[in-house]
Amino acid sequence: MHKEFLMGNEAIALGALAAGVDLVCGYPGTPSTEVLETVAKKNTGNVYVEWSVNEKAAMEVAAGAAYSGARVMVTMKQMGLNVASDPLMCVEYIGVKGGMVVLVADDPGPISSQTEQDTRHFASFSKVPCFDPSSAQEAYDMMAEAFELSEKYQTPVFMRSTTRVSHGYASIEVRDPEEYVVNKPEGFVKDTNRWVIFPKLSNANHKKIVARNDELADVFSAYAGNRIFPENAGIDEKLSKKGIAAGGISFTYAMEARAELSGLRLLKVSTPYPFPEKKAVEFLEGLDEVLCMEELDPVIEDGLIYVCGKYGLKTKILGKHTGHSPVAGELSRDIALEMLAEFTGIKREKTEEKELPPLPVRPPVLCAGCPHRASFYAVKRAMKGRKCIFAGDIGCYTLGNAQPLDMVDTCLCMGAGLGIAQGVGHMDPETKCFAFVGDSTFFASAIPGVINAVYNQADMTLVVLDNSTTAMTGHQPHPGTGHTMMGQVVDKVSIDAVLRGCGLTVVEHVNPMELEKAVDTVKKVADEPGVKAIIFEYPCVAIVKPEKPLHVDVSSCIGCQKCIKEIGCPALSMRDGKAVIDESQCTGCTLCSQICSMDAIKKPCNGDCGSEKAQKTGGANE
Amino acid sequence: MNKNIVLCGVGGQGTVLASKLISAAAMAKDIPVMSAETIGMAQRGGSVFSHLRMGDDIYSPMIAKGTADIILGFEPGETVRMLPYLKPDGQVIVSSREVMPVTASLTGGSYSGADMIAYLQKNVKNLFVIDTDKAVKELGSAKVLNIIMLGAAVSSGALGLEKKDIKNAIIEKVPEKFHELNFRALDYYGNK
Repeated sequence: MHKEFLMGNEAIALGALAAGVDLVCGYPGTPSTEVLETVAKKNTGNVYVEWSVNEKAAMEVAAGAAYSGARVMVTMKQMGLNVASDPLMCVEYIGVKGGMVVLVADDPGPISSQTEQDTRHFASFSKVPCFDPSSAQEAYDMMAEAFELSEKYQTPVFMRSTTRVSHGYASIEVRDPEEYVVNKPEGFVKDTNRWVIFPKLSNANHKKIVARNDELADVFSAYAGNRIFPENAGIDEKLSKKGIAAGGISFTYAMEARAELSGLRLLKVSTPYPFPEKKAVEFLEGLDEVLCMEELDPVIEDGLIYVCGKYGLKTKILGKHTGHSPVAGELSRDIALEMLAEFTGIKREKTEEKELPPLPVRPPVLCAGCPHRASFYAVKRAMKGRKCIFAGDIGCYTLGNAQPLDMVDTCLCMGAGLGIAQGVGHMDPETKCFAFVGDSTFFASAIPGVINAVYNQADMTLVVLDNSTTAMTGHQPHPGTGHTMMGQVVDKVSIDAVLRGCGLTVVEHVNPMELEKAVDTVKKVADEPGVKAIIFEYPCVAIVKPEKPLHVDVSSCIGCQKCIKEIGCPALSMRDGKAVIDESQCTGCTLCSQICSMDAIKKPCNGDCGSEKAQKTGGANE
Repeated sequence: MNKNIVLCGVGGQGTVLASKLISAAAMAKDIPVMSAETIGMAQRGGSVFSHLRMGDDIYSPMIAKGTADIILGFEPGETVRMLPYLKPDGQVIVSSREVMPVTASLTGGSYSGADMIAYLQKNVKNLFVIDTDKAVKELGSAKVLNIIMLGAAVSSGALGLEKKDIKNAIIEKVPEKFHELNFRALDYYGNK
């Protein structure tokens, strides 16, 4: 054993490696991405790792390996679990042979997701047992327990994390590589009565699953992760009738909040499903009121209400249903302190909060030089004055909704833009319908939408924003990049060939940084009948070396601000009535110089053109 | 000795690395440490922070309002934003160098770093303003602003760490070709 300072997601990855995981697959999504990346980085050479094309594919690859007796982990964010839910619901009925851990990171807030859905509910819905760690150390330790449980009961198991557990760092105890478990998968053994899902088998297995989960509720009641604090029954006299129940990161907030009230009884729920009923009954014994601290849905709260009903207990359960807890957004140390103060009637000394002066607003924007800005701008220019809808999608390019581009009219979920554009078009054939989709999202979830459009005779333009990477989640490879997580260089899957294979005959490629050509291409393609596509090709600025920065010739600049107001590049600003370019941000993409009516934005001039050089600002040391 | 430290600034200024260097230095001294930071969409040009906690009996990496011993602010406006976290007699070490929001030109929302420093001077007793413009110019790189600030914080004694602890962490975490520049930045303020 040794100590390392690890991010929660890194701890989960090392926990899986220490447990002898044989295969890890998943699809990137904040806040889950670093788990698979860490496995790939720390791969001892014994683990097969892949970024799958989407979460459904990942879940199926994982199931196949688990059928073969391998220990597998499949990783995704909570939105991805929706995509993977079809195989998940079924694999629970079939069961597994090797341990199968489904790592899902939830995003309370939400900070970078569309919904605040709760994977603990998915656990009870799918009947899959669920671990809910509260810290990096616990997540690390639970991985071994999760694999053991999965193998013992031959069921997939959820490891559910949240942003603050996944992205928090701590110095934790981990095993040395020599101490890792070594697992030798047997390989797939044919058995049609076991691996082929038929109604009769499902009916039989359904009964077994319900009985097993009843058993697991007892097993979990005895599990050390589900604990009652304080350990010794010493209960605070004044607070003897009150208790708190918490799980996940909220447990840490609750423990800190009750630091001064160490006698206050607290139930930590580390396995929200199956709910540790007997432990809960033990906890509720003699309590009048219990306050639940948890993020997202009231899962622990509902569990306790159920237990009270089932065992005829009179304890009042307070939380989201009773207005004692926020129903949306993250909890925090401060919210936990306030909740506890109200619950116990012990007011805490509050430091007076002064009103702050107006502060700079810093919304997320497309990077300087981002090719998406140029692509959106080309479509905007080409379609100016015409009735259009621009259906967006999930990725960096969702930021195309911001002013001054204002080019995202809808955004729903991965790949949805295609269907939405079709639906709008069927109701209003006069509208020119566009769907924008990134390259990784195209492979992940857009292809059925393309086929649907072709088959059902839609009239729409698909715009593929191909920046050669999965940018938003930190530049993961995908089928179009020609690299795998095993370090292989492979043939790229061609977006063009896929589209033509789906029946499209008009598929135009254009470099978005060549503005006039891009505008002409959009005009031409948009007026073609049926389903057609434009592929804007230019790599993400974060993965290529930038060109030399441009500068403004102050003698030519008339201060009209056209460059700023048309494209909103963060490298451009006004100083003393003239546009200036921040050299540290400019990537030399030249889009602004193609917009300037005065031809005042110039390429590097070796200092002999008499222009004032932009001042260096910012800069990173990451 | 428990310490709650808030590091804050604008995405790209290197708060994450600074936080990691403090953590590595603390770990080398067997001090338990936890941290939490902004990751993802808010990183580029957005407001970013790290909460960092050192010492025993810590459950959460997050810091409650009014309990930070130190705010290490890489940008004046972002430092003011984090002020509610400072405990009444807490220390603020702030860079004087402002970073304009990327949307300032578009929205006309200009802002003055000097106003923010003035606000801090009025409201924080234990304040150190670091003239990072001068330091950056003399060192010839704006990329080491985070290390300049870290050096100033260590020199003030507020972190309970010494420069040699941070130096060792730099050797561990930063590519060798940047060591010399980072050491000069670390030593820019205060004693070596």
